[in-house]
Amino acid sequence: MNRRVLRKIKNGAFLSLSLVATLTGLACLAAILWTLISHGVSGMSGRLFTQMTPPPGSQGGLLNAIYGSGVMTLLGILIGSPIGVLAGTYLAEYGRNSRLSLTIRFINDVLLSAPSIIIGLFIYEIVVVRMGHFSAIAGALALAVLAIPVTLRTTEDMLNLVPIGMKDSSAALGAYPWRTILSVLYPAARSGIVTGLLLAIARISGETAPLLFTALNNQFWSTRLAAPMANLPVVIFQFALSPYNDWQDLAWAGALIITVTILVLSISARVLLALLQAQRGS
Amino acid sequence: MNDDSLSNPVMTAHKVSVTYGDKCAVRNVSLDIGRNQVLALIGPSGCGKSTFLRCLNRMNDTIPSARVEGTITLDGQNIYGKKQDVAQLRARVGIVFQKPTPFPHSIYANVAYGPRIHGLARHRADMDELVQVSLARAGLWDEVKDRLSTPGTSLSGGQQQRLCIARTIAVNPEVILMDEPTSALDPIASAKIEDLIDELRENYAIAIVTHNMQQAARVSQRTAYFHMGDLVEVGPTDRVFTNPQQRLTEDYITGRFG
Repeated sequence: MNRRVLRKIKNGAFLSLSLVATLTGLACLAAILWTLISHGVSGMSGRLFTQMTPPPGSQGGLLNAIYGSGVMTLLGILIGSPIGVLAGTYLAEYGRNSRLSLTIRFINDVLLSAPSIIIGLFIYEIVVVRMGHFSAIAGALALAVLAIPVTLRTTEDMLNLVPIGMKDSSAALGAYPWRTILSVLYPAARSGIVTGLLLAIARISGETAPLLFTALNNQFWSTRLAAPMANLPVVIFQFALSPYNDWQDLAWAGALIITVTILVLSISARVLLALLQAQRGS
Repeated sequence: MNDDSLSNPVMTAHKVSVTYGDKCAVRNVSLDIGRNQVLALIGPSGCGKSTFLRCLNRMNDTIPSARVEGTITLDGQNIYGKKQDVAQLRARVGIVFQKPTPFPHSIYANVAYGPRIHGLARHRADMDELVQVSLARAGLWDEVKDRLSTPGTSLSGGQQQRLCIARTIAVNPEVILMDEPTSALDPIASAKIEDLIDELRENYAIAIVTHNMQQAARVSQRTAYFHMGDLVEVGPTDRVFTNPQQRLTEDYITGRFG
């Protein structure tokens, strides 16, 4: 067999292997989505968004859980992402390779892959135990701790991607670093930083373990941050494990809601960024 | 070597050495930059010409391992003195880099960036005028006057480089440094920049690093030849190119190495 044919065969084999791997991954994803949709759609109704989580055997919805998830995710991002973005900025622009930066970067990598249940226990120890009870604010803090490493890492990476010449040009016009960061580097890295925020939102909005130890759950409508608050992941966890059919249906519906929300959020943010970029052309 | 100290230079470097860690990039260089003329810095790669250029507005400050010795004065004042504010210095000594790097802003905002930092225009109308004058001096006004709000990155490479020059001019510097400003551009865009450099000479002192010896011969009045961190020879461009006094210079400009 001559070399050309052999080369073609090797190429074909490698291509097929990659293709099979890709298809396997996609098939799993499709199966998950299909299961989610087929089970979730039957539970979809207007009641989901207007009524509270019911006791077994009676009708109800997920309004308190949807509200609670929204509030805690939002608070988590509002608390966590500024810390993450600013720390990422420090690492990329000020700290560079100082001993402090290397330490922060290492700890951040550890935090990035830390099991979320540990974060939940941590907040349980320092907040829940001291307050004496579970609370929405403890849940938000746990989610914030999860959001920090994601936003920190993406911010640092994205700032490092900005061409060094752009930074030099700004300095060469007499700008101090803070000015360069705010007026040149952030705009240049904007789409990357926003993607990081989205990743963080996607990550924390589905987390169950940290909320189990902090916000717990609440069968009723509550807007008090100092009190336990319902949230989709814990409701899904609780209802899916229950023997009641109507609870299980609600759990499927809740899972579908989280998935669709994240999907819509990601897509709309991408479209928005593409539009912005087309407008400003960077 | 410094056979032509100028009578009234805008900048004077005296025995300047630059080291990165224990590597010496520039050794004991004394060189004047004259008013209303173009000084070309030539020499093979790694000879220290860019490093020297970047000392003139302290761009090396951003490199932690770089150490600069000797004195450099601007209008008689030591720019490495304790009282010197670096931002202020850079407003007076601007620099244009090899690769055009427009900010991710509109054409207008790119030019207005420096003036805004230094508070050079009090009213919107003043800023409009400053932007127009700067773009006009950089020979770009006619090409962009109808699309000042479009992104700077939408321009061609040559236009982007002229935008960067306009941006530098806008803060009204005395000296403009150029670090291989045309090496990323095609010949036509390069020719435009060269014409522009010749016009800018009326108002500014210019120092340009270039690898292109024809370019050095075309745009400069004085030429300095660097080799391995040393300033080998400096003199009127005509003289350096037709009658170099050092063997190294002659070898370089006749293309024997470099």
